[in-house]
Amino acid sequence: MADGNAKMLTKLVVATLAMFGFGFAMVPFYYKICEVTGINAGDEQTLVRNTQVDPSRSVTIQFDANVNETLPWRFKPEVRTMTVHPGQLVQVEYVVTNTSAHPIVGQAVPSYGPARAAAFFKKIECFCFTPQTLAAGETRRMPVMFVLDPAVESELHTVTLSYTFFDTDKQAVTGTAKRG
Amino acid sequence: MSDVAHAHGHDDHGHHAHPTGFMRWLTTTNHKDIGSLYLIFALIMLFAAGAMALMIRAELFKPGLQLVHPDFFNQLTTMHGLIMIFGVIMPAFSGFANWQVPLMLGAPDMAFPRMNNWAFWILPVAGLLLMASFFLPGGAVAGGWTMYPPLFIQGGISYDLTILAVHIMGLSSIMGSINIITTILNMRAPGLTLMKMPLFVWTWLITAYLLIATMPVLAGAVTMLLTDRNFGTHFFNAAGGGDPVMFQHIFWFFAHPEVYILILPAFGIVSQIIPTFARKPLFGYASMVYATASIAILSFIVWAHHMFTVGMPVAAQLFFMFSTMLIAVPTGVKVFNWVATMWRGSMTFETPMLFAIAFVCLFTIGGFSGLVLAIAPVDIQLHDTYYVVAHFHYVLVSGALFSIFAGVYYWLPKWTGHMYSETLGKWHFWLSVIGMNIVFFPMHFLGLAGMPRRIPDYALQFTEFNQIATVGAFIFGFSQLLFLAIVLKTIKGGAKATSKVWEGAEGLEWTVPSPAPYHTFETAPVIK
Repeated sequence: MADGNAKMLTKLVVATLAMFGFGFAMVPFYYKICEVTGINAGDEQTLVRNTQVDPSRSVTIQFDANVNETLPWRFKPEVRTMTVHPGQLVQVEYVVTNTSAHPIVGQAVPSYGPARAAAFFKKIECFCFTPQTLAAGETRRMPVMFVLDPAVESELHTVTLSYTFFDTDKQAVTGTAKRG
Repeated sequence: MSDVAHAHGHDDHGHHAHPTGFMRWLTTTNHKDIGSLYLIFALIMLFAAGAMALMIRAELFKPGLQLVHPDFFNQLTTMHGLIMIFGVIMPAFSGFANWQVPLMLGAPDMAFPRMNNWAFWILPVAGLLLMASFFLPGGAVAGGWTMYPPLFIQGGISYDLTILAVHIMGLSSIMGSINIITTILNMRAPGLTLMKMPLFVWTWLITAYLLIATMPVLAGAVTMLLTDRNFGTHFFNAAGGGDPVMFQHIFWFFAHPEVYILILPAFGIVSQIIPTFARKPLFGYASMVYATASIAILSFIVWAHHMFTVGMPVAAQLFFMFSTMLIAVPTGVKVFNWVATMWRGSMTFETPMLFAIAFVCLFTIGGFSGLVLAIAPVDIQLHDTYYVVAHFHYVLVSGALFSIFAGVYYWLPKWTGHMYSETLGKWHFWLSVIGMNIVFFPMHFLGLAGMPRRIPDYALQFTEFNQIATVGAFIFGFSQLLFLAIVLKTIKGGAKATSKVWEGAEGLEWTVPSPAPYHTFETAPVIK
């Protein structure tokens, strides 16, 4: 009987330890269930929903990228054109590369065509908000997040967003002025 | 007890001289000694946690704050809950198991007597840690017995002590359960098959499995609290990416089976007493066993009904609502069987039977309010109100505690060799049953009217029902002094009890003399 008792003791101790482990296993299990079923999606609920989208209208956005000639950078948008609805939250990316052998600080300046579109072009996030420092040879992808205001006039069918990067440390070359 | 110890002195298998006095109790490995120790510990703790309840009720006699500081009030509600559950009901049931399981199975002792000694003697340490925390800076824990973060992560040193105490009490129950399961499965008398076991043994076998499955989960949960508090982890700390709601899931995965741990042995005790005094065998024995097992299994899939308000999808609420209601089916089978056992029985109404009948009636009221709370849309209204307080006191006071009173009156003559005073026993019963209903019945109305629990103050319109409850609480509380007096008087002396004690008693424990000798069934009896 003592032998049987010892065997039973081992089994029950193993069961106890397994259940102790199970308590901790519930942690990843809990997060997985929440993720799969979306039960605990607190993050999404707190995001402000955009209820202003006007799906009846479409506007073509053209993306343009330029570099001032004092700046040895390569700069281009990831997509050239895109069709959006007014009110829709859109994110696009630009790619910039420093082709020189030293770090440079540059700043992008936006412009719009037609110019009156600027009043309706709401940028929420843009690389043009701050100077960008690129190390020698560095390539960076930079986002722009914007909403075209639904109040935009209805005859506006195409808007061009154009950026030009300037070297913030040097005198920019403007118009036909000679280098140097 | 001295003559018992003396008799034991002659019973010598080459041991050294037996210690006497305190050392005798500290070193004992005898299941009857340990059973008595558990019951004495539970009785002391009953008065400690009962005094806390009376302080709570005294404060709530009038609206506004008069007697205690609100923070101390929170400490009282928290510690009252923790101690009543882990220090009174669970140790008392362990005491019954230690005394009765070997006697009912014809076993000489528990399977692991040395571990049995440890399982008991670490309990007073946990009790001391809990009580000592009242005297530490910041006082005892005040975040509720459910230990929810973030409150439980923010408190002072007493929160660490309480976590340690919960670890110790969990370890004690696990050791006790291992002992009980092994004793029941390996040490039954020849011929005593599982389906011939007394129902008290069956309910404890299932309870012990529940304890093994859930106590380690609680240990894990409080360990996570401890590391969140002291070692920079973020299991439940939202600031570090943790989730406090996850604690509630882990906790209630333990704590819902825990409420059945607190009631299944009560079912067992009542299932022994009712056939004795109805002088009929238990109606539907097999269905009682299967109902107990069904309740135990279902208890693992209903935990989230304690947290309908955390924000669950409708599908989950429906699942937990219906699975909870399903538990009413096996519970209803049990109540039906008890009533059917009494049906056309030759009933007499000694104190154990009175408590058992009160158990059946009042536990059923608690079961019905539980069904009301299981309805998710209703629960959202009643969550954290006095309706919940009324519900769980009907199942834990008139359920678990009354079954303990019933069991003590039923087996006390076997343990002490003396009959208790039937007159005093009946006084204790009527004062308890009337007092208990005066305390807890008005709480249903308070809860339906919206009085929140765990608050030291309340709106004026709740005054009358609170005053009724407080009066009932003092009647109920002070009548327990009568219980203490009856038990002490019976230990000291009284009419000699026969071996059988009760005319209708059946089972192996009634074949040994009263008081049960220090060693019983050294040669196993044979069951035909």
